[in-house]
Amino acid sequence: MSEIGTTKVLEDNLVTLRRTSGLGGYLRAIGAIVWKDLAAELRSRELLGAMLVFALLVVLIFNFALELDIRTRETVTSGVLWVTFAFAGTLGLNRSMAVEKDRGCLDGLLLAPVDRSALYFGKALGNLVFMLIVEAIVLPLYSVLYNTNLFQPGLLAVILLGSIGYVAVGTLLSSMAVQARTRDVLLPILLFPVVLPVLVPAVKASNGFLLGFEMAEIWSWLNLLIVYDVVFIAVAFMVFDYVVEE
Amino acid sequence: MEPMPKVLKALNWITGALFVVALYMVLFFAPREAVMGDVQRVFYFHVAAGWVGALAFLVTAVTGGIYLARGERRWDLVALASVEIGVIFTFANIVSGSIWARPIWNTWWTWDPRLVTATVMELVYLAYLMLRQGIEDTDRRARFGAVYGIVGFLSVPLTFLSIRIFRTIHPVVIGSSDPTALGAFDMIPKMRVAFFFSLFTFTFVYVTLLWHRLRLQRLSEKVEQMKMKILSV
Repeated sequence: MSEIGTTKVLEDNLVTLRRTSGLGGYLRAIGAIVWKDLAAELRSRELLGAMLVFALLVVLIFNFALELDIRTRETVTSGVLWVTFAFAGTLGLNRSMAVEKDRGCLDGLLLAPVDRSALYFGKALGNLVFMLIVEAIVLPLYSVLYNTNLFQPGLLAVILLGSIGYVAVGTLLSSMAVQARTRDVLLPILLFPVVLPVLVPAVKASNGFLLGFEMAEIWSWLNLLIVYDVVFIAVAFMVFDYVVEE
Repeated sequence: MEPMPKVLKALNWITGALFVVALYMVLFFAPREAVMGDVQRVFYFHVAAGWVGALAFLVTAVTGGIYLARGERRWDLVALASVEIGVIFTFANIVSGSIWARPIWNTWWTWDPRLVTATVMELVYLAYLMLRQGIEDTDRRARFGAVYGIVGFLSVPLTFLSIRIFRTIHPVVIGSSDPTALGAFDMIPKMRVAFFFSLFTFTFVYVTLLWHRLRLQRLSEKVEQMKMKILSV
């Protein structure tokens, strides 16, 4: 606990956090945590850079592994994209929680007189923002490199929904993984099987939009995706307290 | 050494006897399926093992919830014991399915949604065991186990939904059956009796194993305490 207040950013935000009560206060607390993450990232730029380079490497490896010629590309694009996002996302999730744990920042945050779930939503939103930034850069790059138009409103909506579900359960599990001895290897093992109900419909729905399927066919996948988004957010909201409790 | 409780002793015998009867039912009482032949008999224990797997994971999720609410350690022990049993039975479920699929689908394995989701379920609980291994603090281990047991159980409903949502070749014997599924059949009354008897028997096997596992845990803790006592003298 001795390290509380070592960073200026944290201090500023603890001041903000103390002024919290009611819904407005709750939202302000979430905003403060998101802002803290973004400000820290803006100054260090270690996370986004790593995620981006990693994402591009994954796309490149897929290029060689699958020989992404015109015809294969049509059918595997959604799969390639989602694997890329999932892998890059793990990197981000691990890092964003490890930073909190290593320098005792998490203890500082826990001392703040706000509801614990505000911490969860703050961290999750921060992670979501990072993931969306990476996606916002990978998508146009992929479009240019492979000469396919990925900018369809349907596909973008699926990517947003999928990222929300991924981050919702990922933030919860990463805050458990960082507290374990084997933390770096543990997160993907914990996360991937559990997040599959989000990834599978996301891949299928993206594929549907890319290949121009009927909306009726895509809707069943979208429904599943939305249901699991809600389920994961709700469960994480309920159990997050027990994960950070000392 | 504390003696085995009388009820548990009785349960051992009952479960053993039930299992012998179940074997007889599956192998001799149930008629030979007309199309698939004797290999169809795998079905009775295949579904029963899958049932125990699902039941065990449900118990883990529920006891995990109770642990989080009350903080009593015994609930965590039940959750852990249940996962261990569930992992073994789900594995038996997958392997026995494979043995059946070889002659019927002409392959040991196919990337059918039903098979994949069952495997994912298995992986979730292997991850559960790994998570527990990575944490030394018992209180935290119990809490994280409970949380992961609840979150992980959410992937199990998908297993059951999957036959309805995905296009699958896995037959659905109970409820609405898609006749185009490869290896589907209608149960005649004698088969039904054997089937439900297997389910019943396997449920007994589960309860017996769970009890033994909990007793083992208690005994090993006792041994640990005795060791400490001797060492400290």
